[in-house]
Amino acid sequence: MASNGSTPLIEVKNLAKHFGSVIALNGVSMGVGAGEVLCLLGDNGAGKSTLIKTLSGVHKPSSGEFLVDGQPVVFQSPRDALDAGIATVYQDLAMIPLMSITRNFFMGREPTRGFWPFKFFDFSMADRVAREEMLRIGIDVRDPEQAVGTLSGGERQCVAIARAVYFGAKVLILDEPTSALGVRQTSMVLKYVNLVREKGLGVIFITHNVRHAHAVGNRFTVLNRGQTLGTFTKGEVNLEELQNLMAGGKELQALSSELGGTV
Amino acid sequence: MADASGALATGKRDERIKDISFGARLMRRPELGAIAGLVLITLAFLTMANSTMFTLSGVITFMSPAAQLGILAIGAALLMVGGEFDLSVGSMVAFAGLMFGACLTALHLPLWLAIILTFAFAAAFGALNGQLVLRTGLPSFIVTLAFLFIFRGLTLVGLKWATGGSTQMRGIREVVQGSPLLELFGGEAFTGLFEWLARIGLIDAFKNGQPKVTGLPVDILWFIGLAILATYILTRTRIGNWIFAAGGDATAARNSGVPVNRVKTALFVTTACCAALVAILTVLDTGSTDARRGFQKEFEAIIAAVIGGCLLTGGYGSVVGAFFGAIIFGMVLIGLTYTTVDQDWYLVFLGAMLLVAVLFNNFIRKRATGER
Repeated sequence: MASNGSTPLIEVKNLAKHFGSVIALNGVSMGVGAGEVLCLLGDNGAGKSTLIKTLSGVHKPSSGEFLVDGQPVVFQSPRDALDAGIATVYQDLAMIPLMSITRNFFMGREPTRGFWPFKFFDFSMADRVAREEMLRIGIDVRDPEQAVGTLSGGERQCVAIARAVYFGAKVLILDEPTSALGVRQTSMVLKYVNLVREKGLGVIFITHNVRHAHAVGNRFTVLNRGQTLGTFTKGEVNLEELQNLMAGGKELQALSSELGGTV
Repeated sequence: MADASGALATGKRDERIKDISFGARLMRRPELGAIAGLVLITLAFLTMANSTMFTLSGVITFMSPAAQLGILAIGAALLMVGGEFDLSVGSMVAFAGLMFGACLTALHLPLWLAIILTFAFAAAFGALNGQLVLRTGLPSFIVTLAFLFIFRGLTLVGLKWATGGSTQMRGIREVVQGSPLLELFGGEAFTGLFEWLARIGLIDAFKNGQPKVTGLPVDILWFIGLAILATYILTRTRIGNWIFAAGGDATAARNSGVPVNRVKTALFVTTACCAALVAILTVLDTGSTDARRGFQKEFEAIIAAVIGGCLLTGGYGSVVGAFFGAIIFGMVLIGLTYTTVDQDWYLVFLGAMLLVAVLFNNFIRKRATGER
């Protein structure tokens, strides 16, 4: 399914997820290969959140195939997914504002030095790495001890992405990274997503903003009412067609002509 | 620092980032409030109180209650940074005191076994508190409030049962006499050092050459030792980072692979064990235990932690702050007796201090995180 023809990094086929009587996902198929950005588009309630939570190990699929590097997997917890190289950056749950950049960056994977009981958090190394990694994406945090709360929303997203990349993610799942950001902040995040792709990672970019998707995406999978409507490469569709697919078409077109422009 | 996309293009320093002054760096320390408060209170007592307050014996007199409260406050501070409260620590002091006393006087166990059993009981109840909070998802405020009453009630019932109707249990000093562990949990340390200091005239001595202060009460040593240990754990270890993360945002912490439930349970156990330690220290000191031990100490411990910069919402705070917060308490409680001021002003002070500390903390936090 990957654009370059090789085995996709992760792939799901006919994935379904039921919560009691609610069918959240009903046959979703998609995949992402190395060095590409797959945009997952869908309106509210389309099943985007359920899908990424399944991919990131929070939910277990009710049925369907879930392949990592071509091998079927079953994740018991988000930790398993992380260990398999699938890192998820949640929109607002990625960072703890009161903690320093370094503490956030290494949260859950703190580097230590020394022997028990004198094993301590290696802050000199952690501060250096955090600073270097941030510099690499063009954010000069001169003081890695400053609280993440002092960073802008875009910078926080970038810290979260940088963290995932640093810890060896192969696939990066970004849950609406731009939805709460301003224009310049969005462009900062989108540039960084592109940078990550060039490094050879697979990126799944979840959004309901078609413009943002079109700016960085190589392929687009449209989700509607728990099903995939299809996957399109960048050349195949234009912005408007994507928008219509995502929103179920007609009503939006009607509204659009009523308002005299694209919604 | 609204955004750094300008810097993104060039990779150079953003011209809109200011240098951070030393003052601003200082403001970022959570314990600043407590230290400032301690300085203010010390200055106030230096001018108001009888000068004997700041002699060696005077300092030890106010450090002793500060130490007992401080040990609880250290546990409370760690737990608050971890995002939870424990309102049952005061009652736990009484309950652990009862268990300790009963092990010694009713079951005639040796001191070492009684101490181990007391800590084990306390740890088990701490874990119970933690598990109830984590599994039910109820606020720890409510769960531990329930245990505030349960432990206090159990203490009363247990004391009457163990002593045949009294709410006080005596005769503990007699049964532990001669135990080598007493050195660790009771009495005074460094007595030889103090004698020597008196002999060479560095500290006040009576006419016969005996020092006026014969040694450092062990509870003060425990207090200082625990403060150092807890500070090290909180600020310099991986577990410390987990505590901050669990308190700052449990979901984000979990998503990043932090074992939040284990961390929080361990913190509840730690708090309960701090209460057990205070119980053991005070019971061995007085030779008795009663139903009112540790009364309202949970509030004082939380207040000391808040004065020390802990946020009520968790994820931010310091053990050093709680350490100084507890000293402020001891100083005011005992210090008022060195002045002409009515002692009952203590409670007024306590409330006022809490209010000032919370307001100050909110201000500091906004400055620290650049919250807008």
